[in-house]
Amino acid sequence: MRDIKIDSPVESVDIRNSSRSELILGIEGTAWNLSVGIVSEEEVISFAESAYLPKSGGIHPREAAQHHAEKIVDVLREALKKMKEKGFSEEDIRGVAFSIGPGLGQSLRIVATAARSLALKWRVSLIGVNHCIAHIEVGRWMCGTEDPIVLYLSGANSQVLGYMAGRYRIFGETLDIGLGNALDKFARSVGLKHPGGPEIERLAQKSSRYIELPYTVKGMDFAFSGILSAAKKLAEKYPLEDVCYSLQETVFAMCTEVAERALAHTQKDELLLVGGVGMNKRLQKMLKDMCEDRGARFYTPPPEYTKDNGVMIAYTGLLMMRSGCTIPIEKSRVNPDFRPDEVEVKWK
Amino acid sequence: MEVISHCAEAIILRDGDNVVKRRLPKRYRIRELDEMIRRQRTKSEAKLIVEARKAGVPTPVIKDLSDFEIVMEYIDGRPLKEVMSEELVRKAGELVAKLHERNIIHGDLTTTNILVRGDRIYLIDFGLGYFDEDVESKAVDLHVFFQTLESTEIKAEELKKSFLEGYKRYKGWKAVVEREKEIRKRVRYA
Ligand SMILES: Nc1ncnc2c1ncn2[C@@H]1O[C@H](COP(=O)(O)OP(=O)(O)O)[C@@H](O)[C@H]1O
Ligand SMILES: [Mg+2]
Repeated sequence: MRDIKIDSPVESVDIRNSSRSELILGIEGTAWNLSVGIVSEEEVISFAESAYLPKSGGIHPREAAQHHAEKIVDVLREALKKMKEKGFSEEDIRGVAFSIGPGLGQSLRIVATAARSLALKWRVSLIGVNHCIAHIEVGRWMCGTEDPIVLYLSGANSQVLGYMAGRYRIFGETLDIGLGNALDKFARSVGLKHPGGPEIERLAQKSSRYIELPYTVKGMDFAFSGILSAAKKLAEKYPLEDVCYSLQETVFAMCTEVAERALAHTQKDELLLVGGVGMNKRLQKMLKDMCEDRGARFYTPPPEYTKDNGVMIAYTGLLMMRSGCTIPIEKSRVNPDFRPDEVEVKWK
Repeated sequence: MEVISHCAEAIILRDGDNVVKRRLPKRYRIRELDEMIRRQRTKSEAKLIVEARKAGVPTPVIKDLSDFEIVMEYIDGRPLKEVMSEELVRKAGELVAKLHERNIIHGDLTTTNILVRGDRIYLIDFGLGYFDEDVESKAVDLHVFFQTLESTEIKAEELKKSFLEGYKRYKGWKAVVEREKEIRKRVRYA
């Protein structure tokens, strides 16, 4: 990898004082989005990103890694420039956090290399952040929710989690593919552009005709690949709007049911929706209705913090650094299969 | 009719010698889908209750079945949770062995879904049940049951042992118990 030169042309204005809080820089790059965030305990200081969009088909792991390698210097530079424009300097950064997993191995390694060299250069702590936990923590931060059941729906991951005795436990999860990937694959098979989720949402709004699809909830787990194949078949015979509508109604109802079951099981009364699929308005409406009907509160962060972003890594890094969860360089190997329930949550 | 239970999915009403289990509509899902799910689950639960009895497992007698409602025998008993003993939990293990012998997965094997009347044990609430010959599904049944014991019983370890004594009547028990240990390692279902 290239050397990272992040010296910004903008001179920082020195308005530092002793009471100013420490900053953490976070780098996210587990999949399609390369993103850098800088936060203090109180607020988001700076945010820059570059999305990899496949020229054809879905995400190609090697192309995604190439994209990250090409853009990382620019994205870092932009984030630091914005930080300096707010009157901070690199010396205010006390830690570098990065997404250590789960995700695509090649992309993770690009991000980890960048994080290590920055931590060495600035002589600050290095923090390896679990990507799923980061989604949860930034959601809690933005929404001010205490102890929610979390519905985490992204491309590769689909889980229902909740905090219990020192860890975020997984109450239920997909038994095959992530919901986002299922939606994208369907979209691609019918010729819609990538990412497919928003396209499906747009078309679904034009229909109200339900065509039956398999409904696969097993206890608190769910599965999407059977529904995906069934929907592809339907698309050969029925108008695309109707299939999109039926697909959304089915998979979102499954997620809502499992979320409700987790709320009932744990007797918690807050629900937090995170992950890219969480930006879907129909899904939000269903979850809101469900929560209303059982006297629970529903939360979801603004879209830029619902999808993959560097701010979530920075903020979780800050929580982790405070509780001593930093890692030496030699133990900072990426973990593409890192599960959230492997993380001991020491900051709650 | 007196309400004896009201959970996320269903309401249970007492009607003399019978109870009515009625599955409730959900506002968040569209009517077609909502009715399809409730109809399917009601039918499947009734079927599993009948199949379980054929396998020699006491279950409430089904009196009537309609789209979203099962009318069944009222079991004048107490949930296992309230009358727990090593002897009873061993018997419960025998019953689960019989279910799994016939590839019936209960799907929600907790100590509230086991009713004790005299010296007879009844299994209820097959709403999340299904047929499956897979070791994994059977192991999840055991796992859910063990988790319930661990979160509510002080003598959980002894009780698990007694349960397994009964469960060993199922000829495939070894693989299921092994798989349950693997699931435990995955730290799921809290
Ligand atoms: N046949 C029955 N006889 C007596 N009590 C019953 C019967 N069926 C259900 N109940 C009571 O109602 C509760 C809820 O019923 P259940 O079938 O388990 O539905 P749920 O899906 O709501 O858990 C049970 O825990 C039990 O106390
Ligand atoms: Mg029950």
